[in-house]
Amino acid sequence: MLAKRIIPCLDVRDGRVVKGTRFVNIRDAGDPVERASFYNREGADEIVFLDITASVEGRRAIVDVVRQTAEVVFIPLTVGGGIDSPSFMQELLQSGADKVSLNTAALKNPSLIREGAEQFGSQCIVTAVDARRIDRSAEADSPGWEVYSHGGRQATGRDLLEWVKEAESMGAGEILLTSMDADGTLGGYDIEMLAAVTGAVEIPVIASGGAGSLEHMYEALTSGNAHAVLAASVLHYGTYSIAEIKDYLSSKGLPVRPVEK
Amino acid sequence: MNKLVIVDSGSANLYSIYKACQMVSLQPVISDQPGIVAEAGAVIFPGVGFFNHAARALQEKKLTAALLKVAADRRPLLGICLGMQLLFEESEESGNISNAAKGLNVIPGRVKRFPAGLPVPHVGWNRAVPAIEHPLFEGLNGGAYFYFTHSYYVSPERRGHSLASTEYGFSFTSAVCSGNLYGVQFHPEKSGPAGLRLLANFGKIIADQQ
Repeated sequence: MLAKRIIPCLDVRDGRVVKGTRFVNIRDAGDPVERASFYNREGADEIVFLDITASVEGRRAIVDVVRQTAEVVFIPLTVGGGIDSPSFMQELLQSGADKVSLNTAALKNPSLIREGAEQFGSQCIVTAVDARRIDRSAEADSPGWEVYSHGGRQATGRDLLEWVKEAESMGAGEILLTSMDADGTLGGYDIEMLAAVTGAVEIPVIASGGAGSLEHMYEALTSGNAHAVLAASVLHYGTYSIAEIKDYLSSKGLPVRPVEK
Repeated sequence: MNKLVIVDSGSANLYSIYKACQMVSLQPVISDQPGIVAEAGAVIFPGVGFFNHAARALQEKKLTAALLKVAADRRPLLGICLGMQLLFEESEESGNISNAAKGLNVIPGRVKRFPAGLPVPHVGWNRAVPAIEHPLFEGLNGGAYFYFTHSYYVSPERRGHSLASTEYGFSFTSAVCSGNLYGVQFHPEKSGPAGLRLLANFGKIIADQQ
């Protein structure tokens, strides 16, 4: 039986981590390799690097980050942010990444998902989707969600459920779903949206955006039917350790990979 | 004649496995040269991708004969993922391909696709439970979690060749052993402390043999 995964996400800009501090046993809180190593020791099941570098030149730094991390961290690494070509995917995968996460470029050109899946296998290709609730309470009783691109800055007019189904049919191996409404609120994942997406596709869905408590994660993995939860703030600010999260989920009967020494 | 060689068949990302070996004090070399592989003290044989492509690449690079020599001389060989599947003769993945390339056929059995209804690929952390106490799984006998990513699994003809099994809707063989030949379906180089332990155990098997 597959274990439910706990995945820390590190935002990286120009090769440095830009979110969160408050770690005592990390010498340099801004060093992505050290942060990834820390979470690896803590029992993370996977690490996600999200490159939010603005410039194309600055993006070269993420390749080095991946390579250095892969020298010391022996769990799967996923890299997202600005990936717009199979050749860049290949470079990241050869540097030690196990998966690449596509977002804006896939929205512009969905066949990029297919090209990646054909060349490297579906298991390498994550499609990251940022979505926001549509306020149409006046006209309909069921909620809808709209997909945003460019790190959540641009509305695309695309319907969330249609887009995740298209991504799956193109060969995506996983969906990384972020609720922009919930992101950063610590108020819980958007369970309704999560359940709608996990009901629409068969590939694993990683829940992201809104985790503030252990109950939130349990809810995402049960009511939301997510395979994994991505967490940033609760981990970065030390609210919970990965061991605490896993102990809690395990006590509630969910399969998790125990934290080893 | 005592080198540990990681076989570069052109399909796998070898960086992580190389670094993971170093992490547990093994000093491997990466090579695609048949002469070096044939003379290796022990071999790690990783692989990802398609069975047919990989088997053909082995033939083209003249690595098939080199690996068969290692197997015949009873030197330790560890196949990882597709590398393990290639220890068998053929895979259902090559079902509709005429003149599909054969695997090494050093362990009798077949490589099968997961039954319909199960999401494939099987990706993520799952437990490998050893059938017996074995040096490869020393310290891992309780059934540690390892990282898997695959759509096909091996089905050895002889039950005794199945070293560990994993539950995914049903129980499939996730590790094999036949004499000096070992194989794991999961990726020890991506399986955290448990994976490093397994590689260290393989290192110990090599040391005991030499």
